[in-house]
Amino acid sequence: MTRPAKPSLNVLPLRERMKVPRQPMPEQPAEARASCFTEVNLGYSAELARQEAIRCLECAKPACTDRCPVGVKVREFVQLIVAGDFLAAAAKIREDNVLPAITGRVCPQEDHCEGGCLMGKKVKPLGIGYLERFVADYEQRMGVRHLPRVPPTGKRVAVVGSGPSGLTVAGDLVQRGHKVRVFEALHELGGVLVYGIPEFRLPKQIIREQLDYMRDMGVEFETDVVIGRTVTIDELMEEEGYDAVFIGTGAGLPVFMNVPGEHLNGVYSANEFLTRINLMKAYKFPTYDQPMVDLHGKDVAVIGGGNTALDAIRSALRLGARKAYVIYRRSEAEMPARAEEAKHAREEGIEFRMLTNPVEFLPDSDGWLGGVRCVRMELGEPDASGRRRPVPLAGSEFDLPLSVAVIAIGTSANPIVQSTTPGLGTDKRGYIQADSGTQRTSRKGVFAGGDIVTGSATVILAMGAGRRAAKSIHEYLTTNQW
Amino acid sequence: MFNILHAEFIAPGIKRFHIEASRIARKQRPGQFVIVRVYEEGERIPLTIESSDNARGIISIVVQSLGKTTHLLNSLNAGDHILDVVGPLGRPSEIAKFGTVVVMGGGVGTAMAYPTAAALKRAGNRIISIVGARSRELVILEREMREVSDSLMITTDDGTYADKGFVTDKLRQLIQNGVRIDLVLAVGPIPMMKAVAGMTRGERIRTLVSLNPIMIDGTGMCGGCRVLVGGKSEFACVDGPEFDAHRVDFDLLVQRNRTYRAQEQRSLAEFQCEREARGKRGAADEGCAVEGARP
Repeated sequence: MTRPAKPSLNVLPLRERMKVPRQPMPEQPAEARASCFTEVNLGYSAELARQEAIRCLECAKPACTDRCPVGVKVREFVQLIVAGDFLAAAAKIREDNVLPAITGRVCPQEDHCEGGCLMGKKVKPLGIGYLERFVADYEQRMGVRHLPRVPPTGKRVAVVGSGPSGLTVAGDLVQRGHKVRVFEALHELGGVLVYGIPEFRLPKQIIREQLDYMRDMGVEFETDVVIGRTVTIDELMEEEGYDAVFIGTGAGLPVFMNVPGEHLNGVYSANEFLTRINLMKAYKFPTYDQPMVDLHGKDVAVIGGGNTALDAIRSALRLGARKAYVIYRRSEAEMPARAEEAKHAREEGIEFRMLTNPVEFLPDSDGWLGGVRCVRMELGEPDASGRRRPVPLAGSEFDLPLSVAVIAIGTSANPIVQSTTPGLGTDKRGYIQADSGTQRTSRKGVFAGGDIVTGSATVILAMGAGRRAAKSIHEYLTTNQW
Repeated sequence: MFNILHAEFIAPGIKRFHIEASRIARKQRPGQFVIVRVYEEGERIPLTIESSDNARGIISIVVQSLGKTTHLLNSLNAGDHILDVVGPLGRPSEIAKFGTVVVMGGGVGTAMAYPTAAALKRAGNRIISIVGARSRELVILEREMREVSDSLMITTDDGTYADKGFVTDKLRQLIQNGVRIDLVLAVGPIPMMKAVAGMTRGERIRTLVSLNPIMIDGTGMCGGCRVLVGGKSEFACVDGPEFDAHRVDFDLLVQRNRTYRAQEQRSLAEFQCEREARGKRGAADEGCAVEGARP
């Protein structure tokens, strides 16, 4: 299907490669982008990509690949960029990752491939994410498709949820000759990629292109189907004739803080705030009908330190917020958000209020939010997560005037599939139990992965679970052994 | 795309649609609802399922013109489509033999109460129904409710039909007359449901209400539909829509449902203005000046 990686054309001696600086990502100036939703990062040119690619040390045992949840063969694809064969580079990535234009944009590379890059120990690591994005975009511009040419197996697989894990399962299985249909509860495909991640970080057009690619590969999609309500897992298997089911229903119910005033108008969950903006395009009200609180000239804060929190507050800024705060109970070092997002947010003028925790949302009048009472925190002993536990400083309360607060402190398990699928094992928090190697659940023929198994995580970790699930679904379908 | 097979006004501003939706028709149980998005730029709104016909793959919904989306929906007719219909959502009503059940429907809430009343009747309960509306022409589903009720009482606010007064007046009479009531189900405007809850709380009559808060996805993802029940946040889409009336914070529900009042009024005003402009020949280019509207 793809050509083998050619011998390295990288003529630069290893010693010299470390001296080449990491090529920065061209981006929109902070002032310009803070008021619009167009993408922040502009992407490498072919020249920049080759300039960056020659930095690769071509390690014999590449840690980048080991640390990639889907095992992208980084060294090989980077060598193909050096050779100037960008389409072959894209094909090489696609052997392991069906959504390269997406992961190239939203992966926390510092925790995975780039975190493993040997060069990172001395200088800046190879820009693997930037290179992945470049070849994926190049492939899309060229209109090239690598379509599976495998005989159909006659087996049918239902995928529940069209987010990163479900799309990965679908892409991997359709390439092995299985017939795959993806069911989505919302009216648009993509799961968190469309309702959660804003346009300025992941343009919807990119997702549509990746979905078109999957359709061309033979994946079928059906929207407006809530599995567990519209049709159950048992009905899919017994009545609609699916041989296996993958459950990738994703992040669930938003968690609130349980502090006074949380029900005031103007206090949102991040999921609602971002869904209104991203999925429903409420920022284009009244052209689009879904309404949204007018943020012009208002002070807005997000509570939390993850990618979702930064997505929400950077969106608020773009919608005209006067002041935009990130309120986080630990320090910046513990923030789970991607390093690049924190940097971008800061450049755009977001104020970081670290070691700060809300204790009460304060009303102004008529049931609307007027401010937040916070307490300052300090870091104590490490907790179960290994991060130092934040402890409130007695008597340090202060009030911050606010019109809108967005709570982005995580999600809990959505119960719909679990409660309508008898015999499906769940843990004490309600997440679906699945084997960490095979993604098998307690039900024969039913697999699960992504946030509905692990709780809130990242796109690439969900894709890793999808990849493992696809492998074991394929094994199950071909051997019929459970 | 979901085809509208049949559409008829059953009262001024209240329309019944038969929609082709075989998956939903097959699964729908009393107490559940759908979310619709009428067209590409449309918002998602929850709507009552009145009934469904599994054999024909059709669901019936009842829509009252309130804001832009419901006005737009009610301008559609047989042969038109609705872009998205998803469901059935929410937990079905608990259907069991309780004894005597008072089913109360206020306004278009009667459409939500009706399928549950019918199922409770089939389960062997004695059904006393109280249907209320502002005035005569807004009384809906009278025949249907009569068929599933052992007795049916009707009230109109203005006295233009049946008894003048509110549904709660009838409930008070039942209680005062010493009628043994095992369960009350009340579906209607929030003030009505709150009044019912106030009346049955002291009598310790188990009372359920079906809530209709702001909602987007309807699957438990957004948290917009959170309501305070017994001091705890619950999501109407996955934990409800029916809740123990005695534990619901109705005032908070009223407050939260007001969040987008200004935007809703503006959307509706612009929609009606556009519709009028379209109706008037040559007036289409005049545009619609709405107070506060951006150019």
